[in-house]
Amino acid sequence: MSTNRQAAASSRWRAPVLFAILAVLFLLEGTVRNAMFSGSWNTSLAILNMGLISAITALGVNMQWGYAGLFNAGVVGFLALGALAPILISLPPVEGAWAAGGPRLMAALLAGLGTLALASMAWHRLRAGRGLAVTLILIAGFVIYRWLFDPAVTAIEANNPARHGNIGGLGLPILLSWLVGGIFAAAAAWAIGKVALGLRSDYLAIATLGIGEIIVAVLRNEEWLARGVKNITAIPRPVPYEVQLQRNPEFVEFAQSWGFTAATGSGVWVKLGYMSLFLVVLLTLILLAQLALNSPWGRMMRAIRDNETAAEAMGKHVTARHLQIFVIGSAVIGISGAMMVTLDGLLAPSSYNPLRYTFLIWVMVIVGGSGNNWGSVLGAVLIWFLWIKAEVWGPALIGLLTLPLPDGGLKSHLLSGSPHMRFIAMGLVLLLVLRFAPRGLVPER
Amino acid sequence: MDILNALVAILNYVVIPATAYGAQLALGALGVTLIYGILRFSNFAHGDTMAIGTAITILFTWMLQSFGISFGPLPTALLALPLGIAATAVLVLATDRAVYRFYRVQRAAPIIFVMASVGVMFVLNGLTRLLIGVDERRFDDGTRFVINAREFREWSGLSEGLALRGTQVLTVVVAVAVVWALFWFLNRTRSGKAMRAYSDNEDLALLSGIDPERVVRLTWIIAAGLATIAGVLYGLDKSFRPFNYFQMLLPIFAAAIVGGLGNPVGAIAGGFIVAFSEVAVTYPWRKVAGYLAPDWQPAGLLQLLGTEYKFAVSFVILIVVLLFRPTGLFRGKSV
Repeated sequence: MSTNRQAAASSRWRAPVLFAILAVLFLLEGTVRNAMFSGSWNTSLAILNMGLISAITALGVNMQWGYAGLFNAGVVGFLALGALAPILISLPPVEGAWAAGGPRLMAALLAGLGTLALASMAWHRLRAGRGLAVTLILIAGFVIYRWLFDPAVTAIEANNPARHGNIGGLGLPILLSWLVGGIFAAAAAWAIGKVALGLRSDYLAIATLGIGEIIVAVLRNEEWLARGVKNITAIPRPVPYEVQLQRNPEFVEFAQSWGFTAATGSGVWVKLGYMSLFLVVLLTLILLAQLALNSPWGRMMRAIRDNETAAEAMGKHVTARHLQIFVIGSAVIGISGAMMVTLDGLLAPSSYNPLRYTFLIWVMVIVGGSGNNWGSVLGAVLIWFLWIKAEVWGPALIGLLTLPLPDGGLKSHLLSGSPHMRFIAMGLVLLLVLRFAPRGLVPER
Repeated sequence: MDILNALVAILNYVVIPATAYGAQLALGALGVTLIYGILRFSNFAHGDTMAIGTAITILFTWMLQSFGISFGPLPTALLALPLGIAATAVLVLATDRAVYRFYRVQRAAPIIFVMASVGVMFVLNGLTRLLIGVDERRFDDGTRFVINAREFREWSGLSEGLALRGTQVLTVVVAVAVVWALFWFLNRTRSGKAMRAYSDNEDLALLSGIDPERVVRLTWIIAAGLATIAGVLYGLDKSFRPFNYFQMLLPIFAAAIVGGLGNPVGAIAGGFIVAFSEVAVTYPWRKVAGYLAPDWQPAGLLQLLGTEYKFAVSFVILIVVLLFRPTGLFRGKSV
């Protein structure tokens, strides 16, 4: 949301030019080898792939913020929830895990959900003594849940703990799991939105901050689910493995004809495969989002965002529409979370840090231009590129700046602290854009 | 039945830690609630303000220690605290001048302020890391125990020990003193009354000739002081790690909302409600049950929730309050 929406319309060439500059940056990264760029196509494409995933996440956040002005401070949680889908859907089943405690576990989860549903029903149906009834239902439900849940978890975690100890997956295609990741995140978003929407605007931010922390904590500690901090590796991938390609003489010949060694060529080929998949998802989502935004529904959403009171007076159900867009946006975030673990081939719950996954995404959306889908994509890829390169550029810059300083405590302290400069730089970028260019790089039309 | 031992166990593992933690949360929540009351936004940078205030205080503590100054049985950090508060207040006033004032003049929507506070959070987080690094720091050099578990066992003849750490007593004493001073300021002084008037009704306060910028400055100074004190007490009691302070944001917000955003009494009550529920829910009650009902041999630890999920407790409290009483227990603002 910008503070001055009536600012002058920007040139229509602005977005294409900015995208062209971005493309040049990636070309330089792929071809030029000097102090600033690595000159490796593998690095360049790796940054681009992660950037494209961030672009999808940013698209989801932009739907919530740009279309509706909802502040989701728990992006990391929805990403992590999406990341769970490839584990539960696409990993091959773990031998003996289901027999050890699967049905009992399902019964426990059903009992938990049933308790909440029953409590909510009792609250709405009963008149007198409903507080007592709900309390009793919740206590009884909790006891039953723990009675079912604890032995099941112990049994599953005892099943070959060195290699598995988790419930395992269904062995379905990995691309299907991306969709399921979206559904997982959407379900969580519905529950949290139902509670926190319709109240003042920062309550949603605080509630999502909480759910984000909790989802990550669950992933970190529930070993039966995804092995917790022991990590899950060898997640199936939708593209061939590098080793397979290197063994294939036809591919080696093909790579050499482009001037690549077999090792580099296979890496580039795999990354190009991922890139095309991600681009298909990204472009599909943008197409859908643009169609929605230009439909009567999109006009209604913008009307609500710009003046809630007026929209409500026109008979629009503001809270219901907010819930709708919050769920859709979170689903998109969930999809990108599933794509991210697919790309990494690994789920490491301890890496889900809110500064990196929630607030960096926010910087991307604000810098790109909130309310504009292409702006979010541009902001995401650009900020991700800078974030990665800042690791290299930061120390170099500090080294250059501290050159005149005498060797000693201060200089070495500044040099060793330079990795932390990334946070300061991102914060400053956010503050500067928010203040001096609140409409972002590619403003909303 | 062994009621005395059970009571001592509850006191040792639940009441004492929860009281100290509650006092720290209450001080943190007071800062959030004051900023909310005057500036009308939820300050996401509050956790990192606490972190940087503590980091500055630790640096001053080291400086004092290098001069050979100590505070007898009390931690040296207490001597460094005023310096830390002053530095943090200057920093916070500078951020207000550079960041928030612009939006105040524009009368921007509260959510824009929240967004800006996220940017400030990033910067403060980076500055803290730059100042002191990301490692765990212990800077408590005072007397460790007021009551030692072994001595207590010998003195009382009970099998259960009771330990009371110096930092826990210090936390509660300092918190009580700070809260008393704050309420005295808010209720008795002209400036405090101006702050409350501004919080109740901005336009009316302006009409009465209250200088809004002065009120805002005062609020930031007080919030910086509360944040630094809360952060230092927490750091003395446990240890200092920048990331822990970011994670305290959720319990602090929960405490402030439970009590009613903008209501100082509510923030204190909220801090203790959150702290006591968190500790009670994550404490394994098996030992206490063993004293009370020796014949009963429960299979588990009788722990309602693992300590890894202590944040879930603040979250559930938050959700319950949002569902049933969005203005909080003490009728805060909901606008």
